[in-house]
This record gives sequence, C-alpha cells and structure tokens, in this order.
Amino acid sequence: MNVRLTVNGEPHEAEVWEGESLLFALRERLGLPGSKNACEQGECGSCSVLLDDRLVCSCLVLAVQADGHDVVTVEGLAEDGRLHRVQEAFAATGAVQCGFCTPGFVVAAADLLEHNADPSDDEIREALSGNLCRCTGYAKIFDAVRLAASQ
Amino acid sequence: MTVPAEKLRLGRVGESARRTDAVPKVTGEFAYSSDAYAAGMLWGRTVRSPHAHARIRSIDVSEALAMPGVHAVLTHEDVPGEKRYGLEFRDQPVLAFDRVRYFGEPVVVVAAEHPEQARRAADRVRIEYEPLEPIVDPERATEQEPLHPDRPTMGHGYRDDPRPNVVRSLVIRRGDPDARGDVSVSGVYELGIQDQAFLGPESGLAVPDGEGGVDVYVATQWLHVDRDQVAPCLGLRPEQVRIHLAGVGGAFGGREDLSMQIHGALLALHTNRPVKIVYDRQESFVGHIHRHPAKIWAEHRATRDGKLVCIRVRILLDGGAYASSSTAVTSNAASFACGPYAVENALVESTCVYTNNPPCGAMRGFGAVQSCFAHEAQMDKLAAALRIDPIELRLRNALAPGDSLPTGQRITGTLPVADVIRRCAELPVPEAEELPRDPIRLPGGAGNTTRGEGVRRGVGFAVGFKNIGYSEGFDDYCTARVRLLADGSAEVHCAAAEVGQGVANVILQTARTELDTDDLVLAPATTSSVGSAGSASASRMTWMAAGAVREACRAALAERERTGGEVDVERVYRHPRTTPFDPETGQVTGERAHVAYACAAMRVVAEVDVELGLTRVVWIGTAQDVGRAVNPQAVEGQIEGGTAQGLGLALMEEVQTRGGLITNASFTDYLVPTTLDMPPVESVLVEDPEPDAPYGVKGVGEPPTVVSTAAILSALRDATGRELTRVPVSFDEVVGLD
Ligand code: FES
Ligand code: FES
Repeated sequence: MNVRLTVNGEPHEAEVWEGESLLFALRERLGLPGSKNACEQGECGSCSVLLDDRLVCSCLVLAVQADGHDVVTVEGLAEDGRLHRVQEAFAATGAVQCGFCTPGFVVAAADLLEHNADPSDDEIREALSGNLCRCTGYAKIFDAVRLAASQ
Repeated sequence: MTVPAEKLRLGRVGESARRTDAVPKVTGEFAYSSDAYAAGMLWGRTVRSPHAHARIRSIDVSEALAMPGVHAVLTHEDVPGEKRYGLEFRDQPVLAFDRVRYFGEPVVVVAAEHPEQARRAADRVRIEYEPLEPIVDPERATEQEPLHPDRPTMGHGYRDDPRPNVVRSLVIRRGDPDARGDVSVSGVYELGIQDQAFLGPESGLAVPDGEGGVDVYVATQWLHVDRDQVAPCLGLRPEQVRIHLAGVGGAFGGREDLSMQIHGALLALHTNRPVKIVYDRQESFVGHIHRHPAKIWAEHRATRDGKLVCIRVRILLDGGAYASSSTAVTSNAASFACGPYAVENALVESTCVYTNNPPCGAMRGFGAVQSCFAHEAQMDKLAAALRIDPIELRLRNALAPGDSLPTGQRITGTLPVADVIRRCAELPVPEAEELPRDPIRLPGGAGNTTRGEGVRRGVGFAVGFKNIGYSEGFDDYCTARVRLLADGSAEVHCAAAEVGQGVANVILQTARTELDTDDLVLAPATTSSVGSAGSASASRMTWMAAGAVREACRAALAERERTGGEVDVERVYRHPRTTPFDPETGQVTGERAHVAYACAAMRVVAEVDVELGLTRVVWIGTAQDVGRAVNPQAVEGQIEGGTAQGLGLALMEEVQTRGGLITNASFTDYLVPTTLDMPPVESVLVEDPEPDAPYGVKGVGEPPTVVSTAAILSALRDATGRELTRVPVSFDEVVGLD
C-alpha cells in the first residue's frame, strides 16, 4: 500500500505492507532509524514520536494509520543544526549512557515541557513513566528535564 | 525552542567531560546494531525449540524454502565447520542436532526479503520432536541423566566432581571449619533468574566480502572472542571474519555470549547477500543467558562481642543447559560468599549444575550479587542476635588491606571497607514524609491503594565487594594502538566495546592526558585494525583500556622522540598475573587469584504497606570505593544505574519458568524499574587509588548492583520484621502469607 505522510516537516511517500508499524516504516522505509525498537509492544517508549502533536508509541501505530498525518521524530527536534534544549540538557547532565532509550525520552520530555513549562519532580516522574531506561537509573534524566525546564 | 550547543569540553583523566557520543545519541543519529543497513540485504529469522528438552527426530525445510521471498533455510547440516561453539567451553550447537536442551534453543535459520516473510517461513519449518523429561530442579540435577555426558568443563584444573550435571564445584576451606562461637545464626536464601533486559535487542548485519570471508557488524562485549568463536564454525581462518562494533544498546553481561553472529554469517555466506537479524523482545528473553538463580545455605558463628569466628556457606547455582561463563560465576560466588569481612575459619561450597532451565552466564555482579544477598541478611541476623548495631557489627569485622580472605589471598591493593561504611553511614537519612500526601509518594503509587494507613518505614544497610578483572590465571590483556600523524593529530585504536558504560571517554580522556592534545580521534572498534581489548566485563574495561592506551601513548611519544616522523605503535597491557585456586582446598596457589577488589556500602529507606505487601524505596545513599574516578559524572551514572538493577532484582525482576519454559518473556510480564520506582540516589565516591592500576582507577560498574539488592531487603526486613529470604520479594511474603 502507498502512504503519504509528513515527517519532520517534509512530505514523504512509501510503499508499505499493511501489517507494518509506523516505527518500521520510519526506520526501514524512510531512512529515519532514530526512533528505537526496544520492545515493539508498547511497553518501553523507545519508539516515541509525535503524531499530530500527540505523543504515541510508533510501534503501536500502523504505517497506514499515519497516512495523511503529521509525524515528528527525534530527528526533527533540532532546528537549524541547534539542539533542542532537551537534547542539550540530556547531553550536559550525563543522562545518556547506551542511549537506546534516549530518543524516546527526549521526545517525551520535549512533549512534557510543551504542555507543562515548569513540571514538579512528581510530574516529571509520572510523565516519563512509560519510558524505560536500563542504564541510568533515571537520576540524570530527571536532572536533564529540570535543567531544560529552567531554560 | 532551541538553545545553542555548548562548545565541547575535551576532558582529561579525572574530569566530568561530556560523553563523546552524547550528541549523536540525543539526535537519533547514533547507529545501533539494529539500525544497520546494506543495499540488497535480507532479513534473518531463527527457528527455536518450543521444548526445554527433546530429541529431534526430523527437520523438513522444503515448505519453508518454497515460501515467497525466501532465500535460505539452514540447519546444522549447513554449518561448514565446527558444529559447536561456546564462550569458554565448546558445548553449544550452532544449530541444534540430535537434541534440544532448552526452551528457545536455535534449530533452523531462515533468510528472506522482508522480515515478515522470514517469520512466516520460519513457521513452516517442520521439526518433529520427541519430548524428553526436562531436568528443572537444580537440587536433583546431580542425580539425573547427564545432559552433557562428555563433561565439557571437566579437566580444566577444576576439582574433579564425578556427579552428573555438575558444571563446576569449588570448595574453599580455611582454618577450622568446625570452630564454634558464642552465637550462631543460620538462614537459607534464594534468588530468582534475573534478565539483563538491555534495551537494544540482539541484532547485527553480516556482509559477505565476495572472497569467502565475512564482515559482521554487531553489538557485543568482546569483538575478538566473537571472531574466535565464529570463524571455526564457518570453517574460515580468523582473519576472514572481521567483527565490527555496531552501536550497543546496553549489555550488562548479556552480550558476552554469541547471539546472531554465526547465524547471520552463515546466511550471508550462503546467499551471498548481506543479512540482518534483529531479535524482538520475546526472542531476546530466550536469546541470551541470564543471571544464575541461586539457593544459599549460610551459618555465621561469632563471639559475644561480635567478632566473626566461622562462616559456613553452601551455594547452589542453576547454570541451565550450557556452560557459558558458569565456571567463573561458581568461583566468584564462592570467593565473595563471606562478604568483605575478616574471618579466620570458613567452609564454602559452591556448585553449579546443568539443567534444562534457561542458560545462565554473565550478568553485572557475576556471582557476587547472589552471595551478597545472603551474607548481608546473615550479618543483620547476627546483629539482631547479639543486640549490636548492624553498622557497628560490620565495622568490627571489616576487611582491610593486609588481611587475608578465606581463599588465603592477602589484600595487597586498596580496599577501604571501613571507610565506605563510615562515609555511607554519615549520609543524613531523610525525615519521614508527613501524611496525607500525594499517592504517587506512597507504596502502590498511582494505583492509589492507601492513604498511608498500614505503611511502615524501614532503614537498611549493606556492604558488598567484588573482584575487578579476570581471575584464576586467565591471561587478561588489552591492546591499544596509537598513530601520531605528521599534522600533529593522533588516532587511537582500541577494540574495547563501548556498551554505554563510557569506555570511549576513558580511552579519549586517557589519550588526551598522555599526549596532551585535544587533536585526536578514536577509530571505530574492530578486529581488523588492532589486537584484542578483552571483554567489557568484570568491571575491567576502564582499568585495562586506560592501561593499554597509556602505554601505547607513552611508547608513541618515545618513538617520535627517537625518529622524528610519523609513528604507529601497538602495545599490550596486562594487569598483575593471577593464579588458579587449589582444586582441593580452594586456596590461592600464588599471590592472588583475583587481581583487585572494590567495595561499596549502601543505606536504604523504604516504606512498606504491610497490609498489601506493596513497597516504595524512598531514598538510597551509597559510598563506593572507586579507586580514582576517570570521569566522576560517568561514575555516578554507573552507580545510579547499577543500583536500579539491584532494585529490580529485589522487588520485581524474575524470569519465570514452568517445566523449563519461560512464561513471561515480555516487558509486560517481566517488570523492570521505571521512573516511578527509582528513588533519589546520593553517592559518595571514595577515592583510594589502586596501586597496581593506571592512575589508580578501579572498575565501578558492578559494586552498586552487588550491594543494592541486599540493602533494599535489609530495609524491607526492618519495616516488616519478617525474614524475607527470597528475591524478588513477593507480596505474600511481605505480608506474611506463606
Ligand atoms: S518499541 Fe514501542 S513501546 Fe517499546
Ligand atoms: S541509556 Fe541505555 S537504556 Fe537508557
């Protein structure tokens, strides 16, 4: 099937098999492997993207469902070669180790700050509870979100 | 909204320099093994055993081969070289023949144009099995039919244990194991199977080179040992197999053993096309080894004033179907069974058995986690029996340099046990938070299960230690190569696996320090441009990589001094030699069986809803012996992350099996700690430079995992007054329903 969608502001078109997830289409059809595939069953958040400005697990969305819609992935957060403040904060605070969870966290944290400019610690924990990280123990991820919020 | 990227700070040894891979990782540009791509590539899929133990009667691939898009369906008959491989002992079939010995064992591999075509073809492979009685109870395994009648682990200098299904047994005898004290406490402790649960699934890309050889891009922990296992199975010379490190999404021991390397290479050579294999999460749970589940019987005898007199411990580890690194885990569990305490008399017996349960091998903490859980529960019990403060009791027995371990090894390096205990105990414990409060800060969290009634607070403490580096006479080395170019820049080659722990920064910060320049690059890690670095395991990589890079840099500078031109030098660094244990007494046969040790102390505040069994860890404070921190921010990150993994084992993580079959192979059913489970972790880095190590460094990855399970359980016992002898703790045990 043919799908047309906007990804990171650019129009894209791809030939997909109807069972393919949006995550698979992004990674394998559109050359955007930044969104990650840690579970492909909606449990880890590593595949987080914005679909029409709503945070979703792209592994749970079929590629054909995204037909005609607007998608923002981790690759679309930086503008004009400048990191998004959340990306910058993750790099600065040591919130990145293996980094496999990072794209999902960065997208989810950017979405949080979009809706809540000054989240409390509990709000940060709750907002990011759908994203798993196996390396950091989350402490420096919280630092990163607080730092980004303060800027 | 954007902010300008700060100018990169290129750090030296001892500085919290930003990770070299931080920016590509936050932008999504960093290429992981599962992102690998090559034009015309096929997708591989592995057909796995649905049985824990069965004879293979027949394999029919004809239907699968006829499916659309399918290019190859391979069985053990298509393995051109050695049919078996193994990290330490060659006991594991590349593709099963005759028998399968565990649930999920690979039997057939398929390659097709699309991953879905490969999956469907895999479903059409017809394998006829004759199910056999699985060995699933490790306590009975030594009386059952041997799973490996040829006993692959025997005759390697280990104690000769004639019982069937023994992978290794080790007995450590010290002093008079019958020595009596004024008091004695005993307990039996159990730990379930923990999974590494790295987020990046096993994956890689194998590319045929057109001349009979193959390049494999894979997430692994030790490139050269992968090559040395892959090449013989393909019937190739080592140099025809080049292993390149693709981005690694976490490892924690789970990538020491091979996953897709041989399978991908077989398919690639067979089809003459690049082949990519990516496991899904379910396959990942069966596709790698786990932390050994254990049962530990312990007795501690002490004088009335709290001096340990004698410790007796028996450890039983379930190694599952294949040896992996079980022999070393067995000896580690024994080495650390008595904890970081001085004791004159000890008897430690550690045995690992083969079963048809999931294979076990390396996971962060490697045998010491299991032992620490038991010895710290015992120390708390002893403190209670003696009415001595538990921290004071630990201080009275703390090991110190110059003391001897139950193996007879004298501690020659640093080991500030009393110091980490004191520094940790000094950390102020937060006041109990008032009620009412937001349910997110109560046990049960967003589940809104209590308003605070039935919630009890407990404070726990634990100390643990572990070896750094490979032990028992293993020739442990790391290679680095440095090129100084005419334009003044430098290039560093080292095959150390960056698995997320930050070794790339260790290498760069070392090279910048030694060469006193920022103008240098780290070449990609590969087997084709530099010798072996050894494994990113055993908390050894920082020490070993810093040692090798330092030596290579110094040699390069000396060479340039001499010749004045471009230089290209490779150097091999070895840590001080170790020797094996005496197979009969478990005593060291030379100066040391382990190179060095690192310790950590941890204090935990937890709240427990004693009616529902729900728990909440409120705060963790820890002091860790780090030798010298190459990058303090990264060290803290290791401590926080390692602590989280121990918290997972304490509270929620267990691979569950029934008749050897894994029943919870997903993140829906196997729970790992989330942002809502982790408390703040306050860490103190105790810097006491290790005399034998470059810059005095020690590995830091494992001690936090070793100690945190034990420390959390100590807090839960304090809150509930119950023994809580098994992890992960169950709600039933917490509330006292057995
Ligand atoms: S990959 Fe989508 S939630 Fe895990
Ligand atoms: S940094 Fe590895 S999973 Fe988060």
